[in-house]
Formats: sequence, structure tokens, C-alpha cells
Amino acid sequence: MRWGVVTFPGSLDDADALHALEALGEPAVALWHKDRSLQGVDCVVLPGGFSYGDYLRAGALARFSPVMESVVGFAAAGGLVLGICNGFQVLCESGLLPGALIRNRSLSFICTTVHCRVEETDTPFTGAYGHAEVLALPIKHGEGCYVADPATLQALEDDRQVLLRYVDAAGRATEAANPNGSLRNIAGITNATRNVFGLMPHPEHACEALCGGVDGAGFFRSVRATLTDGLPTRTASVPPGL
Amino acid sequence: MRAKVYVTLKPGVLDPAGKAIERALHALGFEEAHDVRLGKYIELHVDGDATEAAGRLDDMCRKLLANGVIEDYRFEVGE
Repeated sequence: MRWGVVTFPGSLDDADALHALEALGEPAVALWHKDRSLQGVDCVVLPGGFSYGDYLRAGALARFSPVMESVVGFAAAGGLVLGICNGFQVLCESGLLPGALIRNRSLSFICTTVHCRVEETDTPFTGAYGHAEVLALPIKHGEGCYVADPATLQALEDDRQVLLRYVDAAGRATEAANPNGSLRNIAGITNATRNVFGLMPHPEHACEALCGGVDGAGFFRSVRATLTDGLPTRTASVPPGL
Repeated sequence: MRAKVYVTLKPGVLDPAGKAIERALHALGFEEAHDVRLGKYIELHVDGDATEAAGRLDDMCRKLLANGVIEDYRFEVGE
């Protein structure tokens, strides 16, 4: 299998994503925003940064780039798409994921390490993790507050599309552990067909011990395992109310 | 045609910037200010007559200028 990492004007973490994949021994190619070709890759990564300067709204303009037309078609055909931070914002603006990401509750840009709990493990992106495993992952964003209307939120919960939630070190999804005001502490969601995943934390910055931890590597390993061995089977969901 | 587009947050969507402005107004002694909501104002020129322009503007708002998940829009078409 082969990975593709998209570079938009204003992307910042495209090189880091390529570096992380290389460190994990994964073959990856760079994809350019003006190109329609996805070069036959098996998983597309939309990296973090400030595509198109975050003008109008974060992620709003990137969705109209030629490469995104191909990514939308690729996702519709079942292709795996991973959106990190600004990539998550692009996925929401493109309609590939429901909801939107707005200004952090604090109004501050946040750059820190947070704890996140893996809510579901029977997806192409989270199969390498344990049930309710708590990860330490870096975040760095100004607009990471996930919002959606009540009906959409309920549908996400009912369909087990919330894959990652902000928690404290003990794994509890408390208000204090919520860095940006995201509804229901949501840090990452998948689509109904579970082939598109967006998250605000940066797994590509957590793949080498030198960078402070390796908790992010599992997302990439999960995709590799899924494409090699097939989709992981279901384990129990995290009980509601935790 | 000149057009003015107003994009505002839907009721109920958290607006931390609006809250911060409200607190600043109160700190300045404008205690009567409440429910501050920060939005966007966009000016543009649209070719065609007013009816045609209005239809196109509605399209522009839905496809790009506003995000229907979190924002409402309205516009005015003038000379």
C-alpha cells in the first residue's frame, strides 16, 4: 500500500506527515493541490496548517482545489481519507464529515499535549488501539471547537462515529479535560461508511520517542493493518456517560 | 450590481469572540450592551440585473460565503 499527503498553499504539517510515515516504514508520496491525480494511493492524508490562509473560514477554500475534487470522489468510492487538524476542517467544509470547527472557547491558540480516549476500535483508523485506550497527543489549533446540531450529534453517537474524545489522564471525559469547548468532548469523528476520519490532535507529531511519544503511530498502523488484513472486528463501545 | 452580504452565527452556536467583545464593552461602562454576536460583512459586485444577481448571490452564499452548519446569511442588492 501507498500513502499520499496533500500539500495546499498554507499547509504546514505535510512534510511532518511524510516524515512520520517514513519513520514508520510506510511508503508515501506528496500530492499537490493543483493536481487531480491521486497517483494511485490507498490512503490520502490531509495535513495540518492554514490552507489558503484560513481565509473566510478554516478549510473553506481548500475544498475547491482540484485535488479535493479527486479526494471527494475517492472517498465516495470507499477510499480511506485521514484529515488532521486543518485537514479535519477541510473534511467538514467539504461535506465529507458532518459538523463544523469553530474558534476555541478560550479564543486562544492552544499548543499543548492532551489526553484522548479511543472510543471505537472497529474502524480502519483505530484498530491497532485497545478498548478505551487513553493516548497522549499534541494539539495546536485556534479553531478546534467541534459543533453540530443536536440531531447530528445524536446520530454520531448512535452510529458510533465518535472515534476520539478529550479526556483526563484517568480517561474521564470531563469539562476540565476539554481544551477547546468541543461539544461532547469530541476530538475526532468518522463518516457513516467509516472510511473518512478527521481529528484535531496531531498523530504525525507523536510517532517517534524523540518527539515526546509514540501514541499517534497506531492510527497509521491501523490503516496499514486494515489494507493488509482487513477491517478489525468490533469490541465493546465505551459506556455512555463516562 | 453592488451587493452586500451579511453572514451571522446561527442562534445557539457558541460565539466566544462575541462574548469577549461584550465583556470589553461592559469594562468600558457600556453595561447596556448584551447578546453581542460577531459576524462577517462582504461587499462585492455582481454582473447582471437585480433578479439574476439575487439568484446567483444565494448560490454563492450556500456554496461558499456561509457555512450552513453554523451560519445564516442575508444579502442586499443595490445600484
